[in-house]
Amino acid sequence: MSTLRVLVGTKKGAFILTADGTRKNWSITGPHFAGWEIYHLKGSPLDPNRIYASQTSGWFGQIIQRSDDGGKTWNPPGTKPEDLMGPDGMPKGKSNEFAYEGETGTHLFFDGSQKPWEFKRIWHIEPSHTDPDTAYAGAEDAAIFKTTDGGKTWKELPGLRQVKGHLWQPGAGGLGLHTILLDPTNPNRIYIAISAAGAFRTDDGGATWRPINRGLKSQYELPDPDADVGHCVHRIALHPSRPDVLFMQKHWNVLRTDNAGDQWTQVSGNLPSDFGFPIDVHAHEPETIYVVPITSDSLHYPPDGKLRVYRSKTGGNEWEPLTKGLPQKDCYVNVLRDAMATDSLDPCGVYFGTTGGQVYCSPDGGDTWTSIADHLPGVLSVEVQTLK
Amino acid sequence: MIRVVLPFHLRNLARVEGDVLLEVPPPVTIAAVLDALEARSPVLRGTIRDHGTLKRRPFIRFFACKEDFSMLPPDTHLPDAVVQGEEPFLIVGAMAGG
Repeated sequence: MSTLRVLVGTKKGAFILTADGTRKNWSITGPHFAGWEIYHLKGSPLDPNRIYASQTSGWFGQIIQRSDDGGKTWNPPGTKPEDLMGPDGMPKGKSNEFAYEGETGTHLFFDGSQKPWEFKRIWHIEPSHTDPDTAYAGAEDAAIFKTTDGGKTWKELPGLRQVKGHLWQPGAGGLGLHTILLDPTNPNRIYIAISAAGAFRTDDGGATWRPINRGLKSQYELPDPDADVGHCVHRIALHPSRPDVLFMQKHWNVLRTDNAGDQWTQVSGNLPSDFGFPIDVHAHEPETIYVVPITSDSLHYPPDGKLRVYRSKTGGNEWEPLTKGLPQKDCYVNVLRDAMATDSLDPCGVYFGTTGGQVYCSPDGGDTWTSIADHLPGVLSVEVQTLK
Repeated sequence: MIRVVLPFHLRNLARVEGDVLLEVPPPVTIAAVLDALEARSPVLRGTIRDHGTLKRRPFIRFFACKEDFSMLPPDTHLPDAVVQGEEPFLIVGAMAGG
């Protein structure tokens, strides 16, 4: 029987939840890195026991951690005793260094001024589909970094910030590169999203990038209807069988594209609110998608105090509320952009974590839900590994 | 030996218990102690001072012999009591956040 491993990043550490394929009885380990913000953890699809984690602190900065045994033990890459000394006898310890390439440059700030790029943290780590030593990291202030040595060193792909970076400005949560989607059929194609700059695509492995924001409407924030950067994209998602089809949860609006981002179409349909953060795709049904509507940009909690996931089986526009097992009164939590994931069992499992510290699992594609962790710190990210 | 006291989270990160003992050749300055500390525990690089600029991170403070060394230049010499290991060099996570 398969085993499920749920990697949960929270405001006060990482937790790992495991269960067998019935997904009924869960055990929890953690907190790993207690007291630190763990923005994201994700395992390599090639070597599931290799897990990368972003450990951050306003006091102490950025740490990258890596486990090679499924989360039992962790080390900052390149700092195991046997790794410590380089050829010249000097310690390496470069795994935490994220240096912008070349001229640092400036971006737009809230007050309209230009502000130099300043590294703050890693929001998201996306391990490669083709090499367990290769991974991509999304940074605040927004940039994408790549490692090819298992996280011991990171190098920026600076072409991204050359796409009108001076017009990007921070969202309320910062100028974070929060989403990295690797095309499983084309290793040269990567999609990323930034708040508040928009979505971007590379077709040459990260050397050059183009904005893919046509069709997005950001009426008040961006009066120019044709603005190609500056949009507050909250999350994008794809199904691996159709990497040209993307779904987006924007600051407001849910959208889809069928041509790799060249044109987006709104599919908010009958959602009670099309403001929200996460969006994800069913593991086996590429037109089945999930969002968690949030009341508004001013009220970051579910409408009417009812925590409802909305599912569309038609790729958008027609949505149904999923409520069984979720609190339907007095619930005022949020679900952050990286805090939803699916497993690959049949039926597909859907998972999400809340700012109130609950992690919910639906073992039946969203029909019913069970809390599998109740009292964790606020959840920042959820990833699921389906292990054979 | 120089005695360095780390804050809780950095002790965990560096996997040390109690004071960190460092051999630091003279002159024993703030920067020299931090260099020796990072050489002993490379994972601390970037956690106390920025990688590129080597500037102290905003919420880190340095104390020794009941004096605040946080705002002093990195080449400031530390007191004899620290050099002789009688008093520790304290690296502190500043109070912030309410």
